[in-house]
Amino acid sequence: MSSLSSPHLPVTPTVDRVMRRVLLALVPGIVVFTLLFGWGVLRNLALAAVGALLVEALALKLRGRDLAPLRDGSALLTGVLLALALPPNLPWWMPLVGVLFAVGLGKHSYGGLGYNPFNPAMVGYVVLLVSFPVAMTAWTAPALLVPADALSQATALDHVRTELTQSRTLSEIFAEPGYSLGLTRGWALVSLAYLLGGLWMLRQRTIRWQIPVGMLGGMGLIALVFWGLDPDRYASPLFHWTAGATVLGAFFIATDPVSAATTPRGRLLFGAGIGVLTYVIRTWGGYPDAVAFAVLLMNLCAPTIDRYTPTRVYGTRTRQERS
Amino acid sequence: MNAPLRIHRFPGGLHLDERKSMSTGQPIAIAPLPPQLILPLSQHIGAAAKPCVAPGDKVLRGQTLAEPQGAVSAPVHAPTSGTIETIDMRVVPHPSGLMAPCIVLVPDGENRPLPAPEWTPIPDFTAAAPAQLRDIVRRAGIVGLGGAGFPAAIKLTPGRAVDTLIINGAECEPYISCDQMLMQTDAAEIVLGIQVALHALEAPRCLIGIEDNKPDAIRALTDAARQDPRIHVVVVPTRYPQGGEKQLIQTLTGREVPSEGLPLDLGIVCHNPGTVRAIGQAVTRGEPLIERVVTVTGEAIAAPGNFRVRLGTPMQFLVDLAGGFREAPARLLMGGPMMGFRLPDLSVPVVKASNCLLALPAEQLRDTAAAQPCIRCGECATVCPAQLLPQQLYWHARAREFEQAEALNLFDCIECGCCALVCPSHIPLVQYYRFAKTEIWAAEADKRQADAARLRHEARQARLEREEAEKEAARARRKAALSARKGSDTPPAVTPTPTPATPSAGEEDPVAKALARAQARKAAGAAVPQPASVDTDGGEDAVTRALAAAKARKAANAAPADGATVDDAAAEAQAGSPAGDFTPAPESREDDPVARALAAAKARKAAKAAAATPEDEDPVARALAAAQARKAAKAAAAPDEGMS
Repeated sequence: MSSLSSPHLPVTPTVDRVMRRVLLALVPGIVVFTLLFGWGVLRNLALAAVGALLVEALALKLRGRDLAPLRDGSALLTGVLLALALPPNLPWWMPLVGVLFAVGLGKHSYGGLGYNPFNPAMVGYVVLLVSFPVAMTAWTAPALLVPADALSQATALDHVRTELTQSRTLSEIFAEPGYSLGLTRGWALVSLAYLLGGLWMLRQRTIRWQIPVGMLGGMGLIALVFWGLDPDRYASPLFHWTAGATVLGAFFIATDPVSAATTPRGRLLFGAGIGVLTYVIRTWGGYPDAVAFAVLLMNLCAPTIDRYTPTRVYGTRTRQERS
Repeated sequence: MNAPLRIHRFPGGLHLDERKSMSTGQPIAIAPLPPQLILPLSQHIGAAAKPCVAPGDKVLRGQTLAEPQGAVSAPVHAPTSGTIETIDMRVVPHPSGLMAPCIVLVPDGENRPLPAPEWTPIPDFTAAAPAQLRDIVRRAGIVGLGGAGFPAAIKLTPGRAVDTLIINGAECEPYISCDQMLMQTDAAEIVLGIQVALHALEAPRCLIGIEDNKPDAIRALTDAARQDPRIHVVVVPTRYPQGGEKQLIQTLTGREVPSEGLPLDLGIVCHNPGTVRAIGQAVTRGEPLIERVVTVTGEAIAAPGNFRVRLGTPMQFLVDLAGGFREAPARLLMGGPMMGFRLPDLSVPVVKASNCLLALPAEQLRDTAAAQPCIRCGECATVCPAQLLPQQLYWHARAREFEQAEALNLFDCIECGCCALVCPSHIPLVQYYRFAKTEIWAAEADKRQADAARLRHEARQARLEREEAEKEAARARRKAALSARKGSDTPPAVTPTPTPATPSAGEEDPVAKALARAQARKAAGAAVPQPASVDTDGGEDAVTRALAAAKARKAANAAPADGATVDDAAAEAQAGSPAGDFTPAPESREDDPVARALAAAKARKAAKAAAATPEDEDPVARALAAAQARKAAKAAAAPDEGMS
């Protein structure tokens, strides 16, 4: 369609600017993540980014499409987000396998940008997680510029989950010498850096508040309830917020607009759903972290959520007003 | 002076680069007379005006050149004295780019007014009846000058109590400054117009909404309105589309115009400042609407400014007044950059709704590159002032799922263009909505047509079945009569007595045809009206009558009168209603359409009567009469029948 009819003014926002902003907002997180977990993070990033672009180009070629979408930055962002979810000492080919599934299966098999029902980065992540569970959970302890061959150690989430199955209480787990405070503090630091980028994106209006607030709120609320019931068995909201991929998920992953709900109320619900599901899987499920599963599950619900959360259109009254 | 009014907020909207200062540096300039004025007969919403002058006529300023047709219409007046050159089809400023009939006036340069206005001005309008004021506004040809062009008199005739008159001085579109300059310049005249409008509406208060980026206009109107406690100037935030009628109402009152409703449903009437000024001038000074203020602006214009221009002035003349083009414009628009439409060229005239001529170079225009896929970012929904879900509407429009689009309130879209302006994928969203709306309208028109055709077909089917049944009955009767005669050994007397004129085979002459039809009808008429007395003289009578009638019908059919199927269907539909008198079929020589229509009506009535005569009458006779009358109705209604 040509655009000879109104509006005639030039349009300034572009898709690649949106993607560039998200990438820029990730920088503080990437810096802190690298400082605490080593160069493996940057290696993962490079592998996944280049791999994602290659897969995107290949997929476009196979589909007989123009290669112009390569420049929109969406494939690059998928690769980067996937890389940030990976442990730093992964075998070099795993990030490549991840982006192959993320961009190839998660995105292009559905028709490319704008048509994928699932978050592509999370598709890639889940494929890797269920295929290579050991490698995918082999994290190092966060320490300033650790050498790349540092001993692998469970994350705080993983550790707590394992210890809880040994019928120990949280206060015991947190008190014992084997559990270093650095574990939680390190992850919290990374989360804080992501939060910084996320808040900047909110300010720039690159993302809207509903999904992050929904996700953190949903998770916080359910965590608060159970923590209040039994603080020795259930970790506090703060623990859940700062642990694992919560903040990264809330601001950068769940906010992927293509696979999220689109109505304002729908996005709040969508975010809350991810928060609650993440908590449920973390607490009672078989995986230490669950942002990826929760996001994919809520992706499934997004069209239905949109359908039942329409906005009230100007001039159409609400039920209360009518009565 | 006034209690401060609480301002509300409309959802969504955008803050746009105003670019109004380009054209507000100089006061409104008076444009000279152009060599030619082109006056479209339709410069308003509603029926086009009908010319009441002919080429060659000398006309005076203020003289009516075209009369309104129907309730929603407006006259056209001579903007100056001169000669009517021609009345023909010209390109007019309209989104369709189609030609429309225009009166072309060549000014004589003397600008002589009518010796007296076509109506008596009422300087003391407060003593006049509201109806009188409305009549003047209608005769003055005043329509909404904000761009819509809806006849203003209708918006002064509310038909219910109005509690607020809103003057829309928001002027939210970039570039346009004609209302702003008018409010600065003619504040007193605008206030006068408001007072006239308040009186005509019998409304208690007026709110003038002006965006806060027009401090001079706010000051001027506040000063001018100081002595009238009913009039309040309300400063509203500068945010597009603040000047949208629904949005301004929401900002000023916090209320929403119901979906598919009017501001009047809230007791609100909205007018543009220019419109109320014109209303005031028409009522108090007898001036028809013959000029308006037009902003000529855009980066491609050398010396942008505002001009008081006579309606009909060619746009080229305006561009020349504004110093011509600084650079070749990539697009010429009438109206603003958000909702204006493209002009085919500069030959089109200024019309009543022309608020702005905008000439934009390529870099100020939306790129025409192909849109990228929607990434569902939802920015469109965030800025939508109607709180629609633009991307859902887009998906449905794209997939031609118009019902779903309608269910998502497609028709509440005001086409403000905010969504398309923030879309990172550069999807021309508004075009998709226009497309969907037009498709729905077209489908509705088709459905109406199909419904009408179906009704017609059903009526015809019913008629044919009825006629068949009647024939069957007649045949049975004839058989019975014959067997009865056989039984009584009387020789059959089958020759019909009244033999009508049989039409000659190669008949072409319409007069002869009409005569033949008339004769046939007469014969049929003779056969019909007497109540059949079956017991006296038996079937004899019935057979004769039936035969004669059949012949007559055949004769009438030989000169067929098609093209009146609707009337036929109407007659069918009415056939069951109570009876009137049987009137003889009308003369088919009528060539006066009124007479023809009357005749058709009469014949229809007759058909009714014949179809619904009392029980004891012979059904055959009744059916025949009905058929006959119907035929007559057809003949009378067919436009090219009779003496063509």
